[in-house]
Amino acid sequence: MNVVERRDATEDFDVPTLIDTLEASLRREIERRGLLNPAMVGIETGGAWIAAALHARLGLAEPLGLLNISFYRDDFSTVGVHPRVGPSRLPFNVEGRDILLIDDVLFTGRTIRAALNEIFDYGRPARVVLGVLVERSGRQIPIQADCIGGHASAGQNQRIKLVGPEPLRLVTQMV
Amino acid sequence: MKHTQIGSLQLDSAGRLRHFLTVEGLNAGLLNRIMDTAESFCSVTEQTVKKVPLLRGKTVVNLFFENSTRTRTTFELAAKRLSADVLNINIATSATAKGESLLDTIRNIEAMQVDMFVVRHAHSGAAHFIAQHVAPHVSVINAGDGRHAHPTQAMLDLFTIRRSGRELPALKVAIVGDILHSRVARSEIHALRLLGVRDIRAIAPRTLLPMHAEDLGVSLWTDLDAGIEGVDVVVMLRLQRERMSGAFIPSEREYFARFGLTARRLALARPDAIVMHPGPINRGVEIDSEVADGLQSVILKQVHYGIPIRMAIMSLAMRSGTDFDPGAERRA
Repeated sequence: MNVVERRDATEDFDVPTLIDTLEASLRREIERRGLLNPAMVGIETGGAWIAAALHARLGLAEPLGLLNISFYRDDFSTVGVHPRVGPSRLPFNVEGRDILLIDDVLFTGRTIRAALNEIFDYGRPARVVLGVLVERSGRQIPIQADCIGGHASAGQNQRIKLVGPEPLRLVTQMV
Repeated sequence: MKHTQIGSLQLDSAGRLRHFLTVEGLNAGLLNRIMDTAESFCSVTEQTVKKVPLLRGKTVVNLFFENSTRTRTTFELAAKRLSADVLNINIATSATAKGESLLDTIRNIEAMQVDMFVVRHAHSGAAHFIAQHVAPHVSVINAGDGRHAHPTQAMLDLFTIRRSGRELPALKVAIVGDILHSRVARSEIHALRLLGVRDIRAIAPRTLLPMHAEDLGVSLWTDLDAGIEGVDVVVMLRLQRERMSGAFIPSEREYFARFGLTARRLALARPDAIVMHPGPINRGVEIDSEVADGLQSVILKQVHYGIPIRMAIMSLAMRSGTDFDPGAERRA
């Protein structure tokens, strides 16, 4: 697993390599756990870009699902409705399904919590495997990724963001 | 009330929705934002659990001083699909009927820590009045006030047109029937004009056209056959007999003969024209059953889209914890 060190505030990561690593990790996980005809779900917007690439590479039979978790976020009481990023589409039956949930950056874990809640409102999946392009420190709830493209170090006052869709670039910004 | 006053009542200093009382004083960006948000809510109905947790812990009060089934139930469903708690207050059997003033009723319900009032009232301006007097954390949605406005109906109509795949500004829209008594027509005309629609035709007998209707920015027609020619959208209005105190029409039979939408008349519009009606429909008075149930009718789609559009309006207007300044927004 490649470790990407942040060097300065606008440092780009090598996204293609991170996707390769994540793909290999997902293949191993599918094999190891014997996932049956898994369906892939990307979290809008960064996770959806990564999921689109992985979906094609893994040759999955089910169409790609997209989640817009803005209605499931836990910060409505402080910031209100988030800007729209498109409706959620899960074009397959979630009930009893093995799901590969894909996001770009795993940070606090709150986005994944919201995504899991939304998926369960569509049905009861058999297993959910979490794959992320990069993970960084700063978890606020006990959620960990199963498959990781790489690790990034960033301070609490820094934000790592996937910019895309073409080309895909990971950039670190001060907040 | 002047438009600027309404605008400052409806929007906060950052231009965000505070109350939703009328389309007047709003802007195209906000109307589009409402429809974009509704678009996202459409997928909620595909879920096994048809709910999102957005307004969990918020309390919405349906305050209906006037009868309504469709509007009240779609507001109730919209609030429930946002996970809010809903209180339906039947005014006919409430304390107001015992002589309590409107403001006292509001103050009492407000003391129960509610977050939003959805108000329907027979008097024009009732929702404004309530919005002027509620506590800063409470939002008010107008679900129809007298002959004045029914802005959520206008929004769901626009959303229905947009979902039918039509581009708004170039459309020719005919609004047919009892325009005089129609708060739907008034709100719809304002909304269509805000979104750039220029060819809006108000078609009605002289007695059912408001004085100075031209000021609304529509063309006036008293002949349905001529007015409907080549339009993309036909909005039929219900003949509001309960609001008529005099003789506005000779008879329903004659009204239907001159202003009822039949298949023959609809054939004068564009072949792909859609037919809308805010409901409830009077079959054989303003619209023929053949048309109401026909392929060009989107009347039931309007009901369907009423839920996501009201979810969007409620979630955008609902106050979140930090975005209001109680000192500045408290109104006398």
